[in-house]
Amino acid sequence: MDTKQNQGKKMSYREALRAGIEQSLVDDQRVFLMGEDVGHYGGCYGVSKGLLAHYGAKRIIDTPLCESGFVGIGIGAALGDMRPIVEVMTVNFSLLAMDQIVNTAATLHHMSGGQFNVPLVIRMACGAGLQLAAQHSHSWENIYAHIPGLKVLSPATHNDARYMLVQALADPNPVLIFEHVMLLNNEGLVFSEPEADMEQALIRKKGSDITLITYGGSLPKVLSAATELEALDINVEVVDLRCLRPLDSATVIASIEKTHRAIIIDEGWKTGGLAGEISAIIMEKAFWTLDAPVQRICTQEVPIPYPKHLEKAALPQVEQIVTCVKSLLKREL
Amino acid sequence: MNDKLHLDKHHLLERLKHMLRIRLFEEKCAELYTQQKIRGFLHLYIGEEAIAVGVMAALLPQDEIVATYREHGHALARGLSMKSILAEMYGHTNGCSKGRGGSMHLFDKENNFYGGNAIVAGGLPLAAGLALANKKKASTAVTVCFFGEGAVAEGEFHEAMNLAVLWQLPVLFVCENNAYAMGTALALSESETNIAKKAQSYGMKAEQVDGMNVVNVEAAAMEAIDYIKTNSQPFFLECQSYRFRGHSSFDGQLYRDKKEIEQWQKHGPVVQLKSWLMQNNQLNDNELKNIELAIKLEIHEAIAFAEQGQLEPIEELCKDVYSTKILSVR
Repeated sequence: MDTKQNQGKKMSYREALRAGIEQSLVDDQRVFLMGEDVGHYGGCYGVSKGLLAHYGAKRIIDTPLCESGFVGIGIGAALGDMRPIVEVMTVNFSLLAMDQIVNTAATLHHMSGGQFNVPLVIRMACGAGLQLAAQHSHSWENIYAHIPGLKVLSPATHNDARYMLVQALADPNPVLIFEHVMLLNNEGLVFSEPEADMEQALIRKKGSDITLITYGGSLPKVLSAATELEALDINVEVVDLRCLRPLDSATVIASIEKTHRAIIIDEGWKTGGLAGEISAIIMEKAFWTLDAPVQRICTQEVPIPYPKHLEKAALPQVEQIVTCVKSLLKREL
Repeated sequence: MNDKLHLDKHHLLERLKHMLRIRLFEEKCAELYTQQKIRGFLHLYIGEEAIAVGVMAALLPQDEIVATYREHGHALARGLSMKSILAEMYGHTNGCSKGRGGSMHLFDKENNFYGGNAIVAGGLPLAAGLALANKKKASTAVTVCFFGEGAVAEGEFHEAMNLAVLWQLPVLFVCENNAYAMGTALALSESETNIAKKAQSYGMKAEQVDGMNVVNVEAAAMEAIDYIKTNSQPFFLECQSYRFRGHSSFDGQLYRDKKEIEQWQKHGPVVQLKSWLMQNNQLNDNELKNIELAIKLEIHEAIAFAEQGQLEPIEELCKDVYSTKILSVR
């Protein structure tokens, strides 16, 4: 890596995603991108803009609005030794394809006695924050992370946005990638290679007082909170899970063994969510190292409302994280 | 009639043997089910054998099969060994899916047999996807997707019809119209009961054929395959048929009259071909007896094979949830 590459290249999260798609298209002629409005429209969120003109209609395929149909076709094509990237416009519509994802993609390898595998990648936008109201603001990573047979990625950084797709395509299993809509316009650095294997959690900020565990769209909020807390001389460690199935619990536990306290920040709803799962893992593996109860900061249990102030109140926010950290540490003092 | 189809005695006897093989095998399966050797669901194909046997006769080894949970007949007709199918039903590791799938999930890579999908209409998009891969690879293989008429009510049916025509995919959709979706008669569930017409509404070439007549099915399938290869378009075959047994092992059959079943049984696929061959002096009692004996011997051997199979060790419970295959890059 030369110095220039080491310093990274500045680009938006959207551009990083596009660069990952382009690399995949160039590297392997079997790769194609398929989904609603990925071609002529340029992608609902502009991720695939310009790709149709460059790569042609055989590799950038606009589909009708039939999530189950085209996800199923993606599964079949993957079985037929193609390398499809299926874009389900947003996680909100993915329920229409859930039968194919859960009943077919996730089961085939095991159910066929290991004979068939499904090297399929499904990308989808997720998350709230654009005032899109109750049906377009979901965080359902946990639903898919519940399913054995699937792998679930949540790129929170620009470098992960750039490389996780490439890593996912090299995996012989169905991999789902969640791209948080609030990250798309943010600028950040992309380096010359991925920082780690896609299934590994990464420490985004080292600290010793408390571990903040998060993923996806919540990472920037957690890092902001960490900066604020630093001014108060509170030194937090931030774990970016990156992969939600399989979960890298070793990295989480190692951090807690150092800090003895943990808060999970998860944009999903609290009940039955990932935060609860991570909390349970901590109880099972690190209970005796804890100096305080594990806390969860999740989305309020309400369909996400349209008005800005209510949407904001429903979602995990920086102030909430700061307050929670302070109270957890104070309890000890 | 397709001119490639040569209807000599040998050919017809082979079709009869294949149908009888499915019939006798499944009758034994029903017995083994009552003995609790086979558990779970057991969906018998009895009455519909002409469809699988007729269609498979028109296919090449490179072609791909996607079937449903009523797929013992398809698996047998395609060339999966009776032993590996029965062992699968026993849940033993010498089964075609290592015993993990059971009756509803028969898989076999060697025969391009992509299962055993137990979600109604779930296999249609998958078959279209395999066909898309073949098209991209410029392969001449055709993907054949079997499903019942119950699937027609599902959204995935309509999505797959549209996409297959829109993208000109080399796929043959074979609708096995056995008149009942579990216990609901077609007329009680569909505003339009002509299923071929539904496919036609998507611009798909579609035909109806007597699914109780193996020769008609084979001829129609050959024409369909020719059409798909010549025109690079999908084809839809509605085979009108009837299921003589219940939907599954737990069906009291309250929804239909016994007389109706008897009516259909009179011109069932096996009896129809058998009587025709006998009436035309192409088959005598002795020959038939020998055919049946050979099948019974095969069944006997399959039972022995299944009985001798091993249960997968519990330590391997989670094996193959994820593939560890190293993918090639091109």
